[in-house]
Amino acid sequence: MSEFLQQLLNGLSLGAIYALIALGYTMVYGVLRFINFAHSDVFMVGAFIGYYVGRLLPEGTLWGGLIVFIVAMLGCALLGVTIERLAYRRLRGSPTLNVLITAIGVSLLLEYSGQVFFGAAPRTFPAIIPVKNFNLGGLVISTNQLAVIVVTALLVLALQFIVYRTKMGTAMRAVSLNPKAAQLVGVNIDVVISFTFALGSALAAAGGILYALNYPSIDPLMGVMPGLKAFVAAILGGIGNIPGAALGGLVLGTVETFVNGSQWSTYKDAIAFAILIIILLFRPAGLLGKFTVEKV
Amino acid sequence: MTLASLLVRPLSLVVACALVASSSFATDEGPIKIGHYGSLTGKDAAFGVATRKGVLLAIEELNAKGGVLGRQLEYVVEDIQSKQGESATAVKKLISRQKVAVVIGANASANSLEAAPICQNAKIPMMAISSTAPKVTEIGNYIFRICFIDPFQGAVLAKFAHDSLHAKRVALLTSNNSPYSVGLSNVFRARFKALGGEIVAEQKYVEGDKDFRAQLTAIRAAKPDVIAATGFYTEAALICIQARSLGLDVPVIGGDGWEAPQLVELGGQAVEGTYYSTYFSADNNAPEVMDFVERYQKRWNNEKPEGVSALGYDAVYLIVDAMKKIGTTDGPKLRDAIAATKDFPGVTGRTTLDAHRNSEKAAVMLVVKNGRTEFFQSVTP
Repeated sequence: MSEFLQQLLNGLSLGAIYALIALGYTMVYGVLRFINFAHSDVFMVGAFIGYYVGRLLPEGTLWGGLIVFIVAMLGCALLGVTIERLAYRRLRGSPTLNVLITAIGVSLLLEYSGQVFFGAAPRTFPAIIPVKNFNLGGLVISTNQLAVIVVTALLVLALQFIVYRTKMGTAMRAVSLNPKAAQLVGVNIDVVISFTFALGSALAAAGGILYALNYPSIDPLMGVMPGLKAFVAAILGGIGNIPGAALGGLVLGTVETFVNGSQWSTYKDAIAFAILIIILLFRPAGLLGKFTVEKV
Repeated sequence: MTLASLLVRPLSLVVACALVASSSFATDEGPIKIGHYGSLTGKDAAFGVATRKGVLLAIEELNAKGGVLGRQLEYVVEDIQSKQGESATAVKKLISRQKVAVVIGANASANSLEAAPICQNAKIPMMAISSTAPKVTEIGNYIFRICFIDPFQGAVLAKFAHDSLHAKRVALLTSNNSPYSVGLSNVFRARFKALGGEIVAEQKYVEGDKDFRAQLTAIRAAKPDVIAATGFYTEAALICIQARSLGLDVPVIGGDGWEAPQLVELGGQAVEGTYYSTYFSADNNAPEVMDFVERYQKRWNNEKPEGVSALGYDAVYLIVDAMKKIGTTDGPKLRDAIAATKDFPGVTGRTTLDAHRNSEKAAVMLVVKNGRTEFFQSVTP
């Protein structure tokens, strides 16, 4: 029983990170209808900002950890806005495929400039927040795992609040529904899209730091696998749907962990992706997505 | 027969004849040439340069004592630039132009595999340094190696877990896409069971994985005394960190794939009290090792010798030992003398060359203590 609970906890904390990254994919898709492949590399940059800032601060203090989170999230928000401004904005209105290819280009640019600036060798991420392990009758809970779950839950709630309770959120939903009509009623599309990128990238930065806290070896290609999994999670939950992305992340992380702890660990990705295919066969729009007919 | 050896054969016959002819009246001639090929530049340069320093130190020491068979030794080196295909050219040059008596190198098995057929055809003994793949010496009877092979290391780890750590239940954690790790785990499993131990859990991962909590949770449920993680240092460090955070406080052991400063850098507190096997430790307090370390540091700017430096040093002394026994540098006779080496006392332990021309010697177990590796003990399986 304690093994089952432990695996569940492991799975949820891994899934929570996927969820954070998935939120970024899903938000950009909701507003712009394209997949921002550079998102997983913003996640990597977040971890590296955390690494450089974290080394300047005393290790293992709560306020230090908070500063690291804030600086990395601001830095990545800025990066996300810059990427959108320089690479994607001019392509708005051109075929989706063009933007998609540009996104792949930006992704590779970030990965390989990362190798130039940060070096290709893995770095050790500092322990920026105090670490403690609690033992509850065989179930060991580390503060890092708790932090991942709590921070993710808080950020998802904050995001729900922004999207449904603020003026900017209303504007985002309006653009998502129909960009032209939104513009006609006076919504500044550029600002809304920049804001969406900033928000998504800040979440990716938080995800990057949480990931690095749990797996403290970071390198410029660290975003590739988690990014791919998060992308899958976003589709699994129903792309464009915020609670769906969170749910998709948790499902994927948990399944992956249970397979990993079994005899079939070598097939963990194969099994995780097979489950994705099966779910999509029965629910083509994802777990929480609504299937809509494209209007001509 | 490969294309390369077809091309080489006529040439090497000429070379071999020339060498046999010259060796009969060679005693009063110039120096004995010791050829060395290795990567002195490029990505593997760390290994080649460290080997060179060991080889050169041995040659200088011998020359200072008056040389071998009344002749001085001459060191001839070829840089293979960490490139595929360079080893063959380098060794051809050493044998046909420089007319070396013996060839030392290389570090990576892939390079040794390239050069070995050429030495074999020319009947020039070749001593590989740290090429652990069993295939290398299977090329022919002129090919030797001064290091142990991977199956040997698996046996060493099994014995260490059983005798020194008194483990009865071991959990195996294998990197499934690394032939090195899979091979090590297979030998470990067989040998540990033969010693009466039990493998209570077997888990796998692939290179580049970062989350091992799932595997470790399954391992924890099996209640092992020791975890054997046979992969490389990055994963090993993360495995230790995550094992400790799951409250799994048993010793973790591994092979020479763990040997890198990053192990401690990455693992920090979590790798304290872990063990791994390797060829040589500069911290070994056996008198011959301390003596070697002191001379090495004096010659090379206070640098500490690496495992491959010590292997290079031993390679030269082992070959010279064989030359002294037969009083000639003639290829075939030298081959027989090297093959007959038994209990040669080197700085990497007492070396015996077995029927497959592999070195049998004690491995060194290191322990991580206070953020650095320390010599723990020597182990012979």
